[in-house]
Amino acid sequence: MGKVYRFTCIVCPLSCTIEVEVENGKVKDVKGYTCPRGKEWAIKEVTNPRRVVMSVIPVEGGKLPTVSVKTEKPVPKDKIPELMKFLAGIKVKPPVKVGDVIAEFEGVRIVATRDA
Amino acid sequence: MAAAIRAKELGLKVLLLDDNDYLGGILPQCIHPGFGIHYFKEELTGPEFAYRLMNKLDGVEVKTSARVLEIINYSDLEKFVVFTSPQGVQKVPTKTIIYAAGARERHAFEIGIVGDRVAGIYTAGEAQTLMDIYGIMPGKEIVIVGSGDVGLIMARRFSLEGAKVKAVIELMPYPGGLARNIMILKDFNIPLYLSHKVVEVRGKGRVEKIKVVKVDENLREIPGTEFWIEADTLVISAGLIPNVKLLTEIGVVIDPSTGGPIVNDRLETSVPGIFVAGNALLINDLVDYVAEQGELAAEGAREFIENGGIPSRRWIRLVKGENVRLLAPHYLSGERDVWIYARVRRPMEDVVVEFPEIGKKIKLPVVKPAEMLRIKLKAEEISKAEDKITMRVVKHG
Repeated sequence: MGKVYRFTCIVCPLSCTIEVEVENGKVKDVKGYTCPRGKEWAIKEVTNPRRVVMSVIPVEGGKLPTVSVKTEKPVPKDKIPELMKFLAGIKVKPPVKVGDVIAEFEGVRIVATRDA
Repeated sequence: MAAAIRAKELGLKVLLLDDNDYLGGILPQCIHPGFGIHYFKEELTGPEFAYRLMNKLDGVEVKTSARVLEIINYSDLEKFVVFTSPQGVQKVPTKTIIYAAGARERHAFEIGIVGDRVAGIYTAGEAQTLMDIYGIMPGKEIVIVGSGDVGLIMARRFSLEGAKVKAVIELMPYPGGLARNIMILKDFNIPLYLSHKVVEVRGKGRVEKIKVVKVDENLREIPGTEFWIEADTLVISAGLIPNVKLLTEIGVVIDPSTGGPIVNDRLETSVPGIFVAGNALLINDLVDYVAEQGELAAEGAREFIENGGIPSRRWIRLVKGENVRLLAPHYLSGERDVWIYARVRRPMEDVVVEFPEIGKKIKLPVVKPAEMLRIKLKAEEISKAEDKITMRVVKHG
């Protein structure tokens, strides 16, 4: 018997309870999903969970003291602490436009989500 | 902004007043993704959602740092808005007003927390403004009151930025937020205490410890279950209340269950020509619905101006039935399709949403108080009713 992970699926409002059984790092069984999207999401959630990460970066002399940023793509969950440390070391100068690339972290672009 | 844009598209002359010095209300500080999936068919952050709307404001006269002091309802077709701005106090005549002033947060005193008056107690929105507009961390070790979406999203922001969220305390026996936000607690191993409440804060100058107690099914404190959590910050995320003060001053009738005005299917309040949209109408889960309500109110405003009022042969009341805590709009004409926004009282599985007078039934696998129901009633369905339509949520079968 492998380890069983239980989630409330967040792909759609049905909120299925999905169970994923993992043995020796391999997905053995998925139960409780109603659609293929839910199944795929649950497997990803166990094997390679990713999140879009957001933060703010100081702007020297901007309209607001900070500019908000996000990763353009979801990044692996275990990389998030490292990414946050990387972001903490950045400062920018105006003008910044929505969508401007502020930095890059391991191939993922960090883009501005506010003007500054 | 959505109301202003739609009103402009409909050929109305629009003045948009905002008491903040930037547009978008709370959107610029809601830097997380999850906005616009319905409205823009694309997942955006709050500032991005606001920015998309800002780009469509051409042709709308906009005044920021403009605080509305008073609405004067001289007659149905003659109203005035009195506001103060850096240009001084102005009184502007208008035929209709769309009121979209959002909501305010419940604060520590409102939820019965006693103790020392110390630094380090914030509402979630205040903490969010500090972090995500001004770049200031509100604290290092944080306890959050309330597991609604705002509280959960702030739990993630604090954790990402390196603070320790020691607990989320929820009064109810179930979490208050959307499923996708409950995930945050798992992501950061944050303990959630259901059926618990914060009762006391102690500290010298700054928060030092927070007293928590378990509650029974009637939300009464259970003696002997008290414990203390050491923390330097307490964040209150205990719900939002529609901001309707200026409306009540001119006699707009408020629905105690939504906290917002009683409205018809054009989102017109009990004072003719005053429309309301967004969280000032009722607390919404999604900004997409807020924008949708803004557009609907704008269409109402045009109809009002063209006809000297909202014409309707009759109004059919929409009534709360079993397991419906709140709903809007309250009066339907049967002349147009309507989106009904509603919330249930308690979670329930395998349910049917019924409108018995018109024979409409919708099956749903699950309903939760945290998730707003948004249901379309067609004009021909509504017109089947004589004087009222009841909405109830019951077990299937």
